[in-house]
Amino acid sequence: MIPKITFWRVVAVIIVIAGLYSTYLRLFGGLSASTNLSDDFPWGLWIGFDILVGVGLAAGGFSICAIVHIFNIEKYKPLARPAILTAFLGYLLVIFGLMYDLGKPYNIWHAIIYWNPRSVMFEVAWCVMLYTSVLFLEFIPVVLEKYKLHKLLKFMKKVGIPIMIVGVILSTLHQSSLGSLFLIIPQKMSQIWYSPLLPVYFYISAIGAGLSMVIFEAYLSARAFNKGIEADLLSRVGLISVIVLMIGFVIKLIDLIVSGNINLLLTINNYSLLYYLEVLIGIFIPFGLLIQKSFRENRRWLYASAVMIISGFLLNRLNVSISSISPETGVSYFPSINEISVTLMLIVLGMWAFKLIAKNFPVFTEEIHHEEFEAKLNETTIAN
Amino acid sequence: MLKQKAILFDATLCVGCGECYSACKEANHLPETNSDFLKDHLGANTYTVVEQYEDVYSRKLCMHCVDPTCVSVCPVAAFTKTELGAVIYDEDKCLGCRYCMQACPHHIPRYEWSKVNPRVRKCIMCYDRIKNGDQTACAEACPAEATIFGDRDELIEIAKQRLAENPDNYYQHIYGLEEAGGTNVLVLSPVPFDKLGFATNLPKEPLPTYTAKALEKIPGVVAGGGAFLAAMYWLTKRKNKIAEEEKQSNITKE
Ligand code: SF4
Ligand code: SF4
Ligand code: SF4
Repeated sequence: MIPKITFWRVVAVIIVIAGLYSTYLRLFGGLSASTNLSDDFPWGLWIGFDILVGVGLAAGGFSICAIVHIFNIEKYKPLARPAILTAFLGYLLVIFGLMYDLGKPYNIWHAIIYWNPRSVMFEVAWCVMLYTSVLFLEFIPVVLEKYKLHKLLKFMKKVGIPIMIVGVILSTLHQSSLGSLFLIIPQKMSQIWYSPLLPVYFYISAIGAGLSMVIFEAYLSARAFNKGIEADLLSRVGLISVIVLMIGFVIKLIDLIVSGNINLLLTINNYSLLYYLEVLIGIFIPFGLLIQKSFRENRRWLYASAVMIISGFLLNRLNVSISSISPETGVSYFPSINEISVTLMLIVLGMWAFKLIAKNFPVFTEEIHHEEFEAKLNETTIAN
Repeated sequence: MLKQKAILFDATLCVGCGECYSACKEANHLPETNSDFLKDHLGANTYTVVEQYEDVYSRKLCMHCVDPTCVSVCPVAAFTKTELGAVIYDEDKCLGCRYCMQACPHHIPRYEWSKVNPRVRKCIMCYDRIKNGDQTACAEACPAEATIFGDRDELIEIAKQRLAENPDNYYQHIYGLEEAGGTNVLVLSPVPFDKLGFATNLPKEPLPTYTAKALEKIPGVVAGGGAFLAAMYWLTKRKNKIAEEEKQSNITKE
């Protein structure tokens, strides 16, 4: 069967072709042929987006898992599988993306044999490795169900809970540790973002944005195959998401006041403007909307808010890892077209994989009414 | 215990001849990168440079920190602080994450960006030479004794003496005594150090203590988190079960 040609399909194919070309440059020309990285700016978009945003947005997996399987709030169960699948694919993409960024990707396994427990990066590497395996185990029942392997399924259900607990702990560790990576450069970062509490902020914002990702995913799935999640559940998730993010903001505010860095927000410059943009899009507007029942229960507003939260989250991670950093040399960095095309390609590949798997395996368990998921919603898709 | 070695660079004595620059290139088999050494920058093939700031000449090279950030951040322990004080690098272990470059407070490590098998590059305090009891190539080459090599504690004494004996010649500070925990390269200058491009906004404690504070919490998170989650699982499961039973008995009553 020949797939129908649609606008987004054409865009996706163009992105993948561009991404493959950039891959070629990266493979045969090294990092200087494919990126704008330099000795002054050794980390760029591939760390800021592919790793920090990628891992963060996959936090919906462990958050929903904890709600459903550990806190036993059963009504959220329909969300668990899509969230786990999103997370699993997310981590695979993160590892795939890392292959582009590492100077010697074929040495990636060295983290297993050469240990340095003093390194935050070492801890992150191990957690990501272990948690990706955990996600695989968490997703496996879906496959077993499809092929009706009941014996194995029963076994998996038995070991399920300890695995979930391990998953939540591993996630807690590395989600926060991605923030700890930056603790070692206090003198290089704008104090608007630098704080000893960075790991806490990374953890909280990942949960908030990860939950919004679940909403976003449900929206796309509903469009793609008229399958999806009850609106009522999603609006509750939206509410939890903005409350979590608001708690994070309040802690940050107190932190800024106590440390005296609040002054930095009173002068208007690029840093403070970027910060305002980040909290406005990522926290305030969505909070203002979703705290009201009428907006929260309106699908369109709910999705729009989720997209805003995700964008704000994205901006936050790029702010911490790129914008806030000023090397003494005053050099600045903007990602090259190749860095951008690889990143976009990873997103497209992730979406394709999700679609393919969700189509062929029992990921969504409930049918929903699709009247509300019709056209006119294209704006939202642009956001990533 | 071997004594920690160090380099003392005194900018008041440096004549800007570039002998250290050339000696370093030769000792480390580095190709020529600039015909005018004063215009060169640290790079994958340049471990040290001589820089001119108005009428003062200064040097840049790896500071060989006492508690080096690069050693602490590397996930695969590709960097080692040797017992002689030199900080060296093992390209076979390195995976190229460049965390060392991002984290170095003195902005020293450089990368072979255009190579397909890139390495991190920086001054290694001529480790092979000093291991054999020799001095570093740059110290040996310096005609003005602006760069000297020796035991760290002795060089600190010499530096203190110079500051005390010629107070008018010096800005009264030994750079490297306690910057981010101290370094094995010590610098004296006639002008404040930020005028020579040295990082002057560094805390006194070594930077690795900043991440150590976060890493210390891991065992607590694992134990506490594990206990909390297991307890929550048990409690909520029980609660659900009781609610279920009540519902059942209500139904049977009716
Ligand atoms: S100056 Fe930088 S590269 Fe040299 S030892 Fe210190 S942290 Fe490592
Ligand atoms: S780039 Fe290499 S040496 Fe530097 S931190 Fe990463 S693995 Fe270690
Ligand atoms: S110590 Fe050796 S490697 Fe370092 S700058 Fe001097 S000559 Fe070069």
